[in-house]
Amino acid sequence: MPRNRTGDRASEAPGAELAARTRNKNGRLRLLLTLPVLAFLASCSGSGPQSALEPKGPIARDIDGLWDLVYWLAVAVFIMVTALLVWAMWRYRERPGDETEPKQLHGSAAIELGGVVFSVVLLAIISVPTVRGLLDMRQVPEGDDVIQIQVTGHQWWWEFEYVDETGPDGATLITANELHIPEDATVYLTMTSADVIHSFWIPAVNGKRDVVPGQVTNLTIIADDPTSPDEPLPGQCAEFCGLAHADMRIKLHVHTDADYAAWLDEQFQPSQLPAEESELAAGWSTFNTVCTTCHQVSLEDVEGEVVTYGPERHIAAADIQFRSSFGPNLTHLFSRGTFGAGTVELTESHLAEWIGDPQSLKPMNPDENDLAAGRVLGMPDTGLNADEISEVIELLKTWR
Amino acid sequence: MTTTAEPQVFRSPGSRGLWAWVTTVDHKRIGLLYAVSAAVFFLIGGIEALLVRTQLFGPNLEVLSAEAYNQLFTMHGLTMVFLVVMPIAAAFTNYFLPIMIGARDVAFPRLNSFSYWLFFFGGLLIYSSFLLGGAPDGAWVGYAPLSTQLTEVVRMDFWTIGLALLGVSSLGASANFIATTFTMRAPGMSMLRMPVFAWMSLVVAFLLIFSLPSVTIGLFQLFLDRNFGALFYASAAGGDPLLWQHLFWIFGHPEVYVLILPAMGIVSEVLPTFARKPLFGYPFVVFSGAAIGFIGFGVWSHHMFTSGMGPIAEAGFGVATMIIAVPTGVKIFNWLGTIWGGKIKYNTPMLFSLAFIAMFVIGGLSGVTHAVVPSDTQQHDSYYVVAHFHYVLFGGAVFGYVSGIYYWFPKWTGRKLNEALGKVHFWLALIGFNLTFGPMHILGLNGMPRRTYRYPEGLGWANWNAVATIGAYVILLAFLVFAWNIVRTHFLAKGERVGNDPWDGRTLEWTTSSPPPVHNFDTIPVVHSLDDFWHQKYTEDDEGRAVRIPAVTEGALTVDEETGGGDESHEPDEDMHMPSPSFYPVVSAFGFAITGAGLIYLPWGFLGVGVGVAIAVWGLFGWSLEPVTKEH
Repeated sequence: MPRNRTGDRASEAPGAELAARTRNKNGRLRLLLTLPVLAFLASCSGSGPQSALEPKGPIARDIDGLWDLVYWLAVAVFIMVTALLVWAMWRYRERPGDETEPKQLHGSAAIELGGVVFSVVLLAIISVPTVRGLLDMRQVPEGDDVIQIQVTGHQWWWEFEYVDETGPDGATLITANELHIPEDATVYLTMTSADVIHSFWIPAVNGKRDVVPGQVTNLTIIADDPTSPDEPLPGQCAEFCGLAHADMRIKLHVHTDADYAAWLDEQFQPSQLPAEESELAAGWSTFNTVCTTCHQVSLEDVEGEVVTYGPERHIAAADIQFRSSFGPNLTHLFSRGTFGAGTVELTESHLAEWIGDPQSLKPMNPDENDLAAGRVLGMPDTGLNADEISEVIELLKTWR
Repeated sequence: MTTTAEPQVFRSPGSRGLWAWVTTVDHKRIGLLYAVSAAVFFLIGGIEALLVRTQLFGPNLEVLSAEAYNQLFTMHGLTMVFLVVMPIAAAFTNYFLPIMIGARDVAFPRLNSFSYWLFFFGGLLIYSSFLLGGAPDGAWVGYAPLSTQLTEVVRMDFWTIGLALLGVSSLGASANFIATTFTMRAPGMSMLRMPVFAWMSLVVAFLLIFSLPSVTIGLFQLFLDRNFGALFYASAAGGDPLLWQHLFWIFGHPEVYVLILPAMGIVSEVLPTFARKPLFGYPFVVFSGAAIGFIGFGVWSHHMFTSGMGPIAEAGFGVATMIIAVPTGVKIFNWLGTIWGGKIKYNTPMLFSLAFIAMFVIGGLSGVTHAVVPSDTQQHDSYYVVAHFHYVLFGGAVFGYVSGIYYWFPKWTGRKLNEALGKVHFWLALIGFNLTFGPMHILGLNGMPRRTYRYPEGLGWANWNAVATIGAYVILLAFLVFAWNIVRTHFLAKGERVGNDPWDGRTLEWTTSSPPPVHNFDTIPVVHSLDDFWHQKYTEDDEGRAVRIPAVTEGALTVDEETGGGDESHEPDEDMHMPSPSFYPVVSAFGFAITGAGLIYLPWGFLGVGVGVAIAVWGLFGWSLEPVTKEH
């Protein structure tokens, strides 16, 4: 059972205990002995950014409130049962020299009935808020201000399509692994999977919801406050989905309304297609031969026309089409903080390592890729040499 | 053998050594075979767990590759559920169910042998995958369509076929135990005079009979999907991946009770013995066990609260799950009632049984928190769940079975396990267990998902993971002490020799010799009450205290002597025809396993299928045509 629910409470208690102990005769010695233990416990006490116990939005907070109720009831029952057990173990232990035999009690209908009534009452106390909380949580949010985002789970990354709005080229916005939402907004996720079952989970804003191929599931998330760009709310896939399941993470960036609008504007701004004579042309040539096999980019050429390169894929679930591709959309790659589904910090050297040998940073299974059948299990070796890689990276750096 | 000379026991001379074990149809020997197999698999599954824990000791460690990790955690789960806890329960049931109800063997001794060997070959087949390109790596639940994704890689075929074979084995054993319980009880052994352990075994047999068909259908569908493109679970073709989850958990949830109920039965035998009081509320314990069995079929979807079911279904399954806590709570109250007012002797079996109660309470309460659906959406598939089911299955079931091993070891071998070593084992196991699995509650609530081969820094998970890993090594230490205790007591013959009834027991197994003769009882006992053996030794005074009946000397009595002066006096039974050893069950089980192995390697494997079917048919024919007992 979690003893240190929050950092505050945990750090207060040992402090008080310490003060009391130093007054003891052997205070110093004890202090020396307990200090490492307490230091360790203190370091464990923080719940961490992916904790369900530190909700950052009203839905997760409701869940946490329900958890608190059940947790403390469970603690009470545990203490009661254990106290009875330990008391009975002590009181009725065999004592040396005692030759009497115990009374042969066979049972008591009253105690049985009492036990049943006791459990039923406790469970009734839990079940009412459970059902009510559940029905609340599963309500479909309504209203014009609800932000609709479609989520496609892939082995092993996330794809997000902002279906409410369209950019200058008339297309919706597609991005990967890093989800951006405004504070206090009700965001309604409509989700499916391109391959196997995944589960979308950002504990700070809601519980998890499975992402099932061929089916549509939904999840509402609401976040209270903007996050700093370096510290998005972390989440990750929670349903085992094969080799790199551990490396299928999500970062949730929460913005003020103004920042969110600015972010949307930036994302709708197409990146630039390098001019034919420019120093980026070689990188583009490599990119357009190799990378666009799987990755999409929307680029504006010198005449101002926006063209999307790379495969367009549609994943149908129920009667919804999810716009997708075989790999993450790279149009604004360098606007992200991470890549490899949130597992690798986005730096030039990491990217060079990744393009040179994708599996050095994340285990994948590209040998089993079968694009015709829609099966993609990771990024294959590109076969690019160091020069080509740095040319491609120079190009990617301009796509912010 | 320890048979006394008087009654004549007829069975074919048979052979000695290994062959005798291979061809045995004696329920006690088969029980021991299950126990030894479970011990070996426990070692293997434990090593797998230690590797997994070592990899998770700190963030981003590279002890194991993701590929190896996924195989190891899959095999750990598969092994511990199907190759350790189920067979150790089968070991106890095999050995003691017939003796406890006063029977000479199970109803179908050769089917019993077949069930064991099919389990044995099934386990072997699953483990051969390590040598044949890789073990199953899709988690023990094998969710489609992940399990049907890479059809060229045979790993998950080992899993479908292996589980199907183990399922057939369990079905055979369950049919056998049900028939035994219903038809072979000694005179006077009415259903409500059966020991609780026998009752729980019966409930488990029914659970398996009704739940296995569901998963078997699912496994066949998966197999067809993987090998013949059958599309049951292929969503693009209109198949439904969630169907597999339903079929699996309709089996998988009753399976949880299959694992825990026999342990509850053992605890219900151990507590009265060492508290020197009858089980408090025997009928309530029995019927709450049966109720758990029934309700257990109506709660499977609580494993799927995040899968996208409608809120009404979720609410229904949530409330049903809470209801199952009621009969479970009843058991706990009754165990408390049993030790209340007793005279508790603290030896190793009792310590493990008492720890079972405390640990099971924790696991049960965290189970109730899963029934709170909104809260479960945070806990599901996190380490909180891992903590929960280890408190139920390790702190619960395994502690119960270990208690049973200490309790009945004298009956198996004639020697008591060493108490001092037993206590060291107990305390190391209790501390190591809580160090390992206690922190996992916190890890899960702090957002750590299960089945992840690595975790990054900065999420606050490193310290508790380190604690859990250290705990796992303490558990290793605990079980090394246990293993040494068994080796020392039995194999080095250093254990204290004891008589038939070392604990002043209550049930029929303590009336016969240690180890029991091949025919269990010289005379089939006549049963007058619940805890019949106790009532032969003790009566109650006016206050209700137990008073020893003076004429009976401890340990020396047999049922025959005991009833000698009474109204049911009868001579030792004559001409006991014990079934002869047979090697046909092994042959047919081997044939089934070869058939299974062939199915893994289609299309060339059809040759293996042909050979396997031929062997199985030969075995079954031989089995049907051979006489049950040899002429004498």
